[in-house]
Amino acid sequence: MSPKPLLDLICPAGSLPALKAAVDHGADGVYLGLKDNTNARNFAGLNFDEKTLAEGIRYAQGKKKKVLMALNTYPQPATLPRWHQAVDKAATLGIDAVILADPGLMAYARKTHPDLRLHLSVQGSATNYEAINFYRDRFGIQRAVLPRVLSLAQVENVINNTPVEIELFGFGGLCVMVEGRCLLSSYACGDSPNTFGACSPGHAVRWQQTAKGMETRLNGILIDRYADDEKAGYPTLCKGRFEVEGETYYALEEPTSLNSLEMLPEMYRLGVAAIKIEGRQRSPTYVAQVTQVWRAAIDAVKQAPDAFASKATWTAQLVKVSEGSMHTLGAYYRPWK
Amino acid sequence: MMKLSLGPLLYYWSREDTLAFYEAAAGWPVDIVYLGETVCSRRHLLRLSDWLELADRLADAGKEVVLSTLPLIESESDLKALRKLVGNGRHRVEANDFGAVRLCAEAGIAFVAGPTLNVYNPETLAMLAGMGAIRWVPPVEMTHAMLKAMPIPAGMATELFSYGRLPLAYSARCFTARRYNLQKDDCQFKCLEHPEGLTLYTREEQAFLAMNGIQTQSARIYTLAHRVRELADAGVEVLRLSPQYRNMAAVVDHYRNAMTGETADPAALRKFMYADPCDGYWLGKAGADFLPEKAA
Repeated sequence: MSPKPLLDLICPAGSLPALKAAVDHGADGVYLGLKDNTNARNFAGLNFDEKTLAEGIRYAQGKKKKVLMALNTYPQPATLPRWHQAVDKAATLGIDAVILADPGLMAYARKTHPDLRLHLSVQGSATNYEAINFYRDRFGIQRAVLPRVLSLAQVENVINNTPVEIELFGFGGLCVMVEGRCLLSSYACGDSPNTFGACSPGHAVRWQQTAKGMETRLNGILIDRYADDEKAGYPTLCKGRFEVEGETYYALEEPTSLNSLEMLPEMYRLGVAAIKIEGRQRSPTYVAQVTQVWRAAIDAVKQAPDAFASKATWTAQLVKVSEGSMHTLGAYYRPWK
Repeated sequence: MMKLSLGPLLYYWSREDTLAFYEAAAGWPVDIVYLGETVCSRRHLLRLSDWLELADRLADAGKEVVLSTLPLIESESDLKALRKLVGNGRHRVEANDFGAVRLCAEAGIAFVAGPTLNVYNPETLAMLAGMGAIRWVPPVEMTHAMLKAMPIPAGMATELFSYGRLPLAYSARCFTARRYNLQKDDCQFKCLEHPEGLTLYTREEQAFLAMNGIQTQSARIYTLAHRVRELADAGVEVLRLSPQYRNMAAVVDHYRNAMTGETADPAALRKFMYADPCDGYWLGKAGADFLPEKAA
């Protein structure tokens, strides 16, 4: 048996070049999805077909890196066979683990491919150890990715009460809502992450220069409006400016990125198995830069956890590639809530 | 025979208002009443003992009573409260998290599978049936087509969220506290000032969402009374009405009349609503759409 992983670095691969960038810059594993709505980054131009998938697995595993496949949307009665086929494909191609959210799909995977390693996706919305142990008891999951809602003290309590490995988001786009329990996107435009595999999907987005400024809309709904000196962002609907009781502000969340770099020593001490970098929709250059910084930081922590100090150069590099160029510790830091 | 349920109270009302609401509800033509706090563990004007007392009173009035769990369980004290609720010994439980499902199954009690369990397919539903679920509430984005294609296990009833601002999302962050630049741990219980939620408008004054503590709701009120036949046709056996601060009795009557075959006129219902209606989810459209003339 291999030793229990500790701070494995899991990086996003939205494409074959991104996968190679992650592997070449120090990822311990990559996660990817197929070119359809079986995963929660169902965006045009992203993800893997049969050929690139085989090549990606060969490349990563050839360098002793793991390949995890996200099948983390919720299959529906009419389309269930496609999710089953995707699980079969993952097993046949020798994927190291599949990342699932739907219990029905886990039941299928367990029954059909008993040796296939199962991870609980963040889309499964498991925020407490009773929920995580439910998936372990029934399906034998070996790892759970926690939604970005718990403080580190709460994470510690989870780790102390389950044998399941815990993976945390370390860096990237920040969902302010519990993943898997957010239907804002389908309310606005009909497609949600659960059913369609994307939030605020591109086909519903409109950018329009008007006399009042650049307007971004989702299915006609005004998400934000930018003055000439402001940089317009993608209209992710929870990150727009809205009016509440006559005041206009980022009512739900600013366009920030999560960056938990400074909490690495604490995550190490707690026994966090893996750190996940968000961003399958981002470029290979982004993946390379972020992977490189986090590799260096994790190595530094492992070498001397007590002496760890987040380097200014690391932060500067991360800020350069961040959404909105702002950072937050998110829910790991209690006052954020 | 279709039944009517009163869903869990999503808002934070004063103790007096809450007790008065359920006192009145005992006399309304609803078959099932869900009780308990399903949004924020900081809300404490009614403790579990208060909810249990209410539960007994409503049961005496002939209602089936179900105690609902929090959908977002984060801390050990949340788990402690959950264990107490599951172990109440008298009333059914609505499990809104798989942690709650696990505890109900361990205790061997029949439960209702709540809307935040994300049941979208027959395999997940069959698993829940096997673990003791006797009723399920689909995710609020459930469409007519998806529900019709869903084989329902024997002994399992379908209950659909059919009236009220849609609970769309949950967060660790409290948006109501944020509105007043307060931290969640010192929120001063601002939710008490917004008994119907705090409406969020776009910058062109379109009502879009409503903030209710850590929950984000639709600004529009989901309304399916005019679609009772389609609901029955898709196998829905219970219509869930989400409590609102004013005119709830009139809303209940409107749905009750619709269930007995009267044509339901959305314009007549609108008089009792504090926001515009929507029915898009049922049609497989954007949830915010309202297309009463269109068949599902």
